[in-house]
Amino acid sequence: MTICFQEIFQYTFMQRAIIVGLFVSLCSALLGVPLVLKQYSMIGDGLSHVGFGALAVATALNLTPLPVAIVVVTVSAFILLRISEKAKVKADSLIALISTVSLAIGVVAVSMSSGMNMDINNYLFGSILALDKTDVYLAVVLGIVVIFTFFFLYHQVFSVTFDESFAKATGANVTVVNLIISIATALTIVIGMRIVGTLLMTSMIIFPALTSMRLCKSFKNVIICSSIVSLCGFLSGILISFFFDTPTGASIVLVNLAIFISFYLIKAVMIRIRLVKYKENK
Amino acid sequence: MSLVKCVDAAFAYEGKIIISDLNFEIERGEYLCIVGDNGSGKTTLMKGLLGLIKPVQGEVIFEGVKAKNKNRGIGYLPQQSDAQKDFPASVYEVVLSGAVNDLKFGMFYDNATRKRAEEALNKVKMLNLKNACYRELSGGQKQRVLLARAIMASKTMLLLDEPVSGLDVLSTREMYRLIEDLNKNEKMTIVMISHDVKAALPSATHILHIKDKQAFYGKPDSISRNIWN
Repeated sequence: MTICFQEIFQYTFMQRAIIVGLFVSLCSALLGVPLVLKQYSMIGDGLSHVGFGALAVATALNLTPLPVAIVVVTVSAFILLRISEKAKVKADSLIALISTVSLAIGVVAVSMSSGMNMDINNYLFGSILALDKTDVYLAVVLGIVVIFTFFFLYHQVFSVTFDESFAKATGANVTVVNLIISIATALTIVIGMRIVGTLLMTSMIIFPALTSMRLCKSFKNVIICSSIVSLCGFLSGILISFFFDTPTGASIVLVNLAIFISFYLIKAVMIRIRLVKYKENK
Repeated sequence: MSLVKCVDAAFAYEGKIIISDLNFEIERGEYLCIVGDNGSGKTTLMKGLLGLIKPVQGEVIFEGVKAKNKNRGIGYLPQQSDAQKDFPASVYEVVLSGAVNDLKFGMFYDNATRKRAEEALNKVKMLNLKNACYRELSGGQKQRVLLARAIMASKTMLLLDEPVSGLDVLSTREMYRLIEDLNKNEKMTIVMISHDVKAALPSATHILHIKDKQAFYGKPDSISRNIWN
């Protein structure tokens, strides 16, 4: 086991990937819970597609991709949130439109700049080899900011997530909390999609929350459990991808799926046991 | 000084006037029941009382001032939405969230607030289920938890929007008893929105009947016969 870890940490790219990935998985687990509960999962998906478009256009125009993507995705997060608040019914179709359009813009930009080459794969499915030093610093700083903000706003996030109209009526600053959640989501997505890719980033946000909601009975436990699930899912995914030479992003998603299924089965078994006990008592 | 005073107030939704000619007062310790059919403007009026929308005509005077700030210290029990029904949270967390406005530095609850949450749970007889999971409760229990949350937020009055909708006969009776108890023994000011006139009459001190306009306002014993038709 020790030898195995020594082997991994010999490679700079693995060190970088693991540092960035741990921060990203923690952030996405924290943010995923309110997003899933508010039924905003699709916003995450939309944002990662917008991120792809922004990265591709920035590369085509010879700009530094990351800052451009951060600005564009943050602005879109704000817009998408507004859309979801205002037009509840049409929100999901609008988000679908925005994500496919950004994907199309991105693909056109990539093909115009260098033809269809490796780059597009890197953006769509992520590549741990593409991470440079700046990514690592950015991930660490943003990760710490997101985690601290989340802990300071924990009770407000709960109140806004549980019942927005009540929170508004009692004087909580719903708009600010929503805005902070969406900006944090945007930042997490931009950094995370370098590892798992734009197409797979949403599952980093949704899976841990959905998984822990199977078993946990309080909001606090859901948050804690999601964080652990997310970190474990990422670490196992990246180790599997390293030793079996599978794509990193896809491996992480599949590990997350496996964890989700096992939680689901545990829940089913627990219900069965409770039923049997109930019948015995009768 | 009355707690809330509406003077010729009218409220609109998307530019259309929903309810107008409102003239009534709520004194401390009163129990006002707002009745009216579906679509008569009850929910719009409630939003107006909460300060979420402004009157397009006339004014709503809150504690003697034309209230501008949104936070009026009103504990509010909303009609339940579907999203909440499968929410992983403990009963205690839900009740505590009623005091979101009392957060110290916007970050944490102090011990006094935590104690208040337990008292609120005790008032609605749910203290034994403090650590239970909210989504596993029955409809009546959920409603009592939300009532406790409203009590936490209530500094001036409790505003209840159809508190018994979807409840069975037993839970409905229990709910009305709890509300009456809060009014009589805890001296809380209550505003309840209901379409069930008969159930509201025995315990309310005032009735406001709305039908796009204010159709009746007064004590229950002086209620005109035409409200039934």
